[in-house]
This record gives sequence, C-alpha cells and structure tokens, in this order.
Amino acid sequence: MAQDPAVPPKPATPVDLPVRDPSRLQLFFEGDFFYAFKRSPVAIVSFAVTALLVLSAIFAPLLATTNPFDPASLNLMNGFTPPMEPNAFTGDSFWLGTDDQGRDVFSTILYGMRVSLFVGVAAVLFAMVLGITLGLISGYVGGWTDTIIMRTADVQLTFPSILVAMLIFGIAKGVTPVEYRDQMAIWVLILAIGLSDWVQFARVVRGATLVEKSKDYVAAARLIGRRPWAIMMKHILPNVLSPVLVIATISLALAIIAEATLSFLGVGAPPTQPSLGTLIRIGQGFLFSGEWWILFFPAVTLLTLALAVNLLGDWLRDALNPRLR
Amino acid sequence: MTDPVLSIRNLTVDIPGRYGTVRPVDGVSYDIAAGEILGVVGESGAGKSMAGNAVIGLLNRPAFISGGEIWLNGQRIDQLRGDTMRRLRGKQIGMVFQDPLTSLNPLLQVGEQLTETMLTHLDISKAEAEKRAVAALDEVGIPGAAERLNSYPHEFSGGMRQRVVIALALCAEPSLVIADEPTTALDVSVQAQIISLLRKLCRERGTAVMLITHDMGVIAEAADRVAVMYAGRLAELGPVRDVITDPSHPYTHGLMASTPLASRGKARLHQIPGAMPRLDAIPEGCAFNPRCPHARDKCRHDPRPEMGASNAACWFPLVGAEVL
Repeated sequence: MAQDPAVPPKPATPVDLPVRDPSRLQLFFEGDFFYAFKRSPVAIVSFAVTALLVLSAIFAPLLATTNPFDPASLNLMNGFTPPMEPNAFTGDSFWLGTDDQGRDVFSTILYGMRVSLFVGVAAVLFAMVLGITLGLISGYVGGWTDTIIMRTADVQLTFPSILVAMLIFGIAKGVTPVEYRDQMAIWVLILAIGLSDWVQFARVVRGATLVEKSKDYVAAARLIGRRPWAIMMKHILPNVLSPVLVIATISLALAIIAEATLSFLGVGAPPTQPSLGTLIRIGQGFLFSGEWWILFFPAVTLLTLALAVNLLGDWLRDALNPRLR
Repeated sequence: MTDPVLSIRNLTVDIPGRYGTVRPVDGVSYDIAAGEILGVVGESGAGKSMAGNAVIGLLNRPAFISGGEIWLNGQRIDQLRGDTMRRLRGKQIGMVFQDPLTSLNPLLQVGEQLTETMLTHLDISKAEAEKRAVAALDEVGIPGAAERLNSYPHEFSGGMRQRVVIALALCAEPSLVIADEPTTALDVSVQAQIISLLRKLCRERGTAVMLITHDMGVIAEAADRVAVMYAGRLAELGPVRDVITDPSHPYTHGLMASTPLASRGKARLHQIPGAMPRLDAIPEGCAFNPRCPHARDKCRHDPRPEMGASNAACWFPLVGAEVL
C-alpha cells in the first residue's frame, strides 16, 4: 500500500526516555578529573607506586617474613647477611639482607614505612585542621585577629621548619617523664611536624577566604542571620577546600621527609619502633664497613615514596587548577 | 496612609579615613509603604547602595551610621546590635543582589539554600521547608521546580539564577526586599522579565521594595515612587510619573534630558557639564550648584536646601520644565 506523501508518517508513540540519573561514582569516572588522570602517565605511575607502598605498609604484618619488633624471632647469628646470599653460619637467606642484629631489612622497611606514613599523614591532618581553622578565622574576622595570626605565621616562616620541629621535640622531651618517652616519641613527632607546617595551610585558606567573603552569597548568609561560625563552616570552607587538597598532598611528601630527617638526626622515632629515617640512621653507620644494603634499601624506599607522593600532588595541582587546563 | 514598612529619617553614614571623614550618605529621609516599590537612582557613588547597606546593617568597616534613624515596621533598628539585629533583619529583610553569579553558593544545591533560609527563620519542619522551596521556585517561574531543587547554581542560566535569588529573598516572607541593581548583570531581554516578576510577587504579598539602580528605564517600568540621589543627598523624591515627566530639581531634569529616546530623533544628546564632586570635596551650599544651569548666589552660599513643598531639595525648583 502506497502511502500518501502529503500525510506525514504517524509519529511513533512517545517513548519515555530512560531518565539518566548517574550515581556519584559514575559521575566521577565520566568527569574531567578522571579523564585528566587517564591521560597522564605520570599520574598513573605515581598513583600506582603510592598505592603499592601504602598498601604494603598497611598489610605489613601479612607481607613481612619476620616481625622485627619481636626479639624472639631474631637470631643474632643472622646479622649482616648480604641480600640474596645464604648466611655463613645459619644458611638462612634474605631478600634484602639483614642488619647488625639479624633483622630482615625487607620486614623492617615494611614496618618502618608504616611508622613513616602514619606520622606523615597524622602530622598533615593536624597541620591541616590547625591551618584551616586559623586561616578561616583570620580571613573572615580580619582586623587585629588577622594581624596577630598572620604575623605569627610570618615569624614562624623565618625559621626553617626542621628547626621548629626540633625545638618542639626538645621541649616535649624535656617535659615527658623518661619511662613514657619512647611511647610518646611518635606523638611528639606528629605534633612537632604539624606545628611547623600549619602556616601554608593558613595562608592559602586565608587568601581564598578573603575572596569568598566578598561574594554576595556570604552577604546573603549574613543577612539571613547565620552565625559567623556557621557561615565559615558551611559556606566558606567548602569553597576554599580544593587548594587545600593540593597542599595536603605536597605537604605529605614533605612531612614524610621531615620525619625521616628528624629520625635520622636521632630526635625522632626510637630504634624500638624504627621509621625509615631511623633505619637510614642505623644503616649509615655500616656504610663504610661494606654493609651497604642496610642503608641503601630504606633510603631507596623513602626516595620512591616521597617522589611518588610529590608527583601525585604536582599533578593534582595542575588537574584542579582551571587555569592550567 | 498606613504606617510605612521602612522609614528612614535623616540617615547619615560616615567613613573615617586617614585624610578626614567622608560622608557617602548625608541626611537622607524616605518611607516605603507595604506593596510599594521605591526606586533609588543616582550616579555611581551617589550613596544609593550605601543607604541600602545601612538599612540591612551590613556596612563594611570602617563605614558606620553616624546619625539619623531607621524604622522597620515601627521598630527602630539602626541601634540594634548583635543577635537581635541578626534575627530581625534576616526575618524581615530579603536581598536581591546585583550579580547572580556570586550571590548563590556554588557548592550548595539551590534547594539546600532555600531551606536553610527558611529553617533559620520560620518555625517549620524540614519537609515543610522543602515543600515551600518547591512552591517558591515554581512561583518565580522555574519549570520542573521539584527536580531543580537538587540542581547546583552552575546548572542554571543567568536569568534563571536571578529568579532563584528572588525566590531566596522572598522565601522567608520578609516585609522589605532590597534589590541592589538586580538587572545590571543580565541581558536586556531578561531584564524586563525579572523586573516584572519582582514587581508582581511584591504586589501580591504586599512586600515593600527598595529598588536601587542607575537605569531610568527600570525605574520608569517598575517603581511607584523615585528617590533621586546626588552626592549622598536626596535631590528629589516623588511619584515616578511626576519625577520623570516634570522634574523639579535641575539635576533630575538634566538626567532625564540626557536619556536617549527614539522620539528625540538625531538631535545631540543633552549632557550635564562637569562630574559629580568627590565625597571629600562637596561644594558649599547646594551640592549641585557648580553644575547647575540655574544656580544663583543663594545656592552657592546659603546652607543646603531642604526638601520643600515641591519634591525637590532646591531653592528654585523648576516648574513645568517638560522633558518628555
């Protein structure tokens, strides 16, 4: 049957198009951020390395061949075993060798990384909370409050942060009783690094707060009678968070290095609970007597960890900066 | 006439500075009745927005109210401080800002912002607030209001965003709305819609509106009365028709004569000679005297003229000086 050309074909019954209601996860994977990630080999590699190291630190008890903190599992006869070679006395062989006390270097690195990462993350979180709070108050309240907070920050910036951390560490060590010192060392380390690191968070947050404060939505929130604290937390904070995220990653790398530096200088993690820095300090004593592996492997691990986190932070900065897209 | 919603008496705002104090608002008085739209016009720096900010108590330091009275619904508000002021102005005053790009929090869904405003001031449940938020969006002409509650500000166009801002200003049922150049950032085609929407909603609810703008077209279209400001002072105050067609103050006359109109043909546009004085160099006598074509000795030396029987603060108001 030929159709009359003048009569347009009957429109198909309107089909309800499926309403696309993507989940948050889906939005993330379809978003710019993930796209930029996929396109950047540096980001993928550094993310993979960071993830690998972090995971192996978290699951250290499962991966480590021995527990380096358990004196019963150690055999002093195994001391100074070179990597991949059987020990002259016991015949045991270790991937990365052993240190002077017969501790497996591989296991100590895993456990050491745990301490390093824990201290780094906790110190950055502490610095973040402190810096964000002070930065918000400084920017929002202004006036004398602002002057006092920011000048304090300026003064602190004139000292090298490692010096500030050592100072705080020294004071804390002086006031804690001897029997708690080893237990407290980790927490003091976190406090010391965090206190020497809050300044950049405060500065960035203050700057961003000054920008946001002058926008009309903040005036609107003031007009409807929200309290200053509510305005800061609900309206301003979320709008200033993205630069904070970037600084946090870069700070994490710096905090890990700062912890290693302090521990290397002997003012950080105690030998009973060694971090990567402590391991390097122990190892450097044997470098010239030929036992290079005790120093080398912890040092390479620290380098890799810091580099990977740093590159990740660097990429994050570019990816979150709309002007660099 | 019933009691005005907002009543400003001799309002004066000072900004102390290193080189002396300047006075951006100097002895301004006007009333706004319920359901009335008062247009406040003037050049940049004439003190329009300063007066508005003084009313909502959001003057930025170091500016402060140095004299006069502000009455809102029979209560004096210029001396209120802290909590009382916060609660009162939030409940009774709504604000429509100039730039809809910044007057909504980019990270909060519009529904969230609407309910936040309502929950702060009205004694209602969250569910009720959400229901009202839908109604509010619906009322300002946003299609599919219920779905748009979960939209973020960037998902709206400029005009739509300004509609949301209007909904936000009106949702807590204020008795006064201050609209500070609500159409300046919008397309000309959208301006008319926004203005008529604002006018319609405020008429329906009997909300008083202070419409601050420098666009005479907007004033002519929307306002019931006009207050013309010059150098921080009121130059003229009167019903919109009178002020536009038969201005009494030479400054208003100059303003009107310099409005481009199609009916004026190709004739060269009138201009007022000179510029508005800087706030730290306001001339003695009438502030407008150096630019006024009708100025006489009295204008230059006597204390400044008060608002008289005419609508204008002028010693020698114009009579029958038709401009249109």
